[in-house]
Amino acid sequence: MSLVIVDTGCANISSVYCAFQRLGVDAKVSRDLSVIKNASRLLVPGVGAARQAMANLRDRDLIATLQQAEQPLLGICLGMQLLTDRSEEGDVDCLGLIPGQVKRMQVGDLRLPHMGWNTLQVEESAQNHPLLKGIGEKDYLYFVHSFAVAPSDSTLARCNYGSDFAAVIGKGNKLGAQFHPERSGAVGARLLQNFLAFNG
Amino acid sequence: MLARRIIPCLDVRDGKVVKGVQFRNHEIIGDIVPLAKAYAEQGADELVFYDITASSDGRVVDKSWVRRIAEVIDIPFCVAGGIKSVADAGLILEMGADKISVNSPALARPELISELEHSFGQQCVVIGIDSFFDKETGLYQVYQFTGDESRTQKTRWLTLDWLKRVQELGAGEIVLNCMNQDGVRQGYDLTQLQLMRNACKVPLIASGGAGAMQHFADVFEQADVDGALAASVFHKGIIPIPELKAFLLERKLEIRP
Repeated sequence: MSLVIVDTGCANISSVYCAFQRLGVDAKVSRDLSVIKNASRLLVPGVGAARQAMANLRDRDLIATLQQAEQPLLGICLGMQLLTDRSEEGDVDCLGLIPGQVKRMQVGDLRLPHMGWNTLQVEESAQNHPLLKGIGEKDYLYFVHSFAVAPSDSTLARCNYGSDFAAVIGKGNKLGAQFHPERSGAVGARLLQNFLAFNG
Repeated sequence: MLARRIIPCLDVRDGKVVKGVQFRNHEIIGDIVPLAKAYAEQGADELVFYDITASSDGRVVDKSWVRRIAEVIDIPFCVAGGIKSVADAGLILEMGADKISVNSPALARPELISELEHSFGQQCVVIGIDSFFDKETGLYQVYQFTGDESRTQKTRWLTLDWLKRVQELGAGEIVLNCMNQDGVRQGYDLTQLQLMRNACKVPLIASGGAGAMQHFADVFEQADVDGALAASVFHKGIIPIPELKAFLLERKLEIRP
């Protein structure tokens, strides 16, 4: 098993790396196209803004490689948003691996960013999804974001903050989590473990 | 629903966790990494590490412990102390911190807040505000260099004005430390926090004054803050975090068990 954390030039790479270390997996952090192509699993981290992150991927010549990836792939936070079709944050086309649109969150009088621990509501259609195995509606996960993917057919679980948004998305073996599993205690570790075991 | 956060704050000096009363007379509490790990295991929602000497000494936080914390901690953590530039902040974030908190250097050069926001995103940028209530004038005023008693000084900012300004500049979260209450365990400054809450559109964290479990309930219920930060009551074992969370859950507050 070789897990490669795609070096997107974003800031949360080492916390993701450490989270896998705690699970006994020594991930590689790489932007090398052949290393990425030969990985058995890919993780796309990300914090910051979508336009800058897509520019980083373009500069690193990573867009086509990620679009053509056949292995299971998990995007985290901004990394998840980059998997969708388009982001309103900087009005930029994303990778188009999972149908979806990223929009600024509509939260009324609530505070933005949506920062802190919140719960999930798993979609009927995703009750047995292997990525969510053992994760229930009483579990809290750590979120930090102001933009979110609108709920759609790709949504596996949603979260509510002012309105519903997609907390976990998936299409085939391309998966994304809006929260930070690497910072979500035992529940987050469970999700990362599920990803390591994912064969879909 | 979004849970209210319980945030132990670990003041760090020379790699040790310390705590003083009203920012003075610091005593050593213990080593950083085991304490951080213990808090995460007890259910802390987030941790803040303040290198309290850094701003005053003109040096950046010693970096090695940030990496060691990132290796063992699976909850978010924030590092504060002497972060004066995008480069300083970048190093700390690269080592695995989730957020950086800036206080005195933002007062010296407010545009630093925008630079940090542009480089790392709003969610990384926490602004710490040390606010002192002057009983004579009835004004809340911002202080700086509070890590070193001999250099602590009043700034030209009223707290409410500075709180609004840092949001315009790109702050993603504000930690309001009410200096009159700090370390004396008589409860959070609810009057001040209510006032600031109304002007704060980003998450607001209360700091200074926690002495009993009821104080946490009060600050969440009456000042509607997103998180409550405390130090000595946790370090000295006066309030165990699991008991505190059970107490708050019983009060029907939204808390991560």
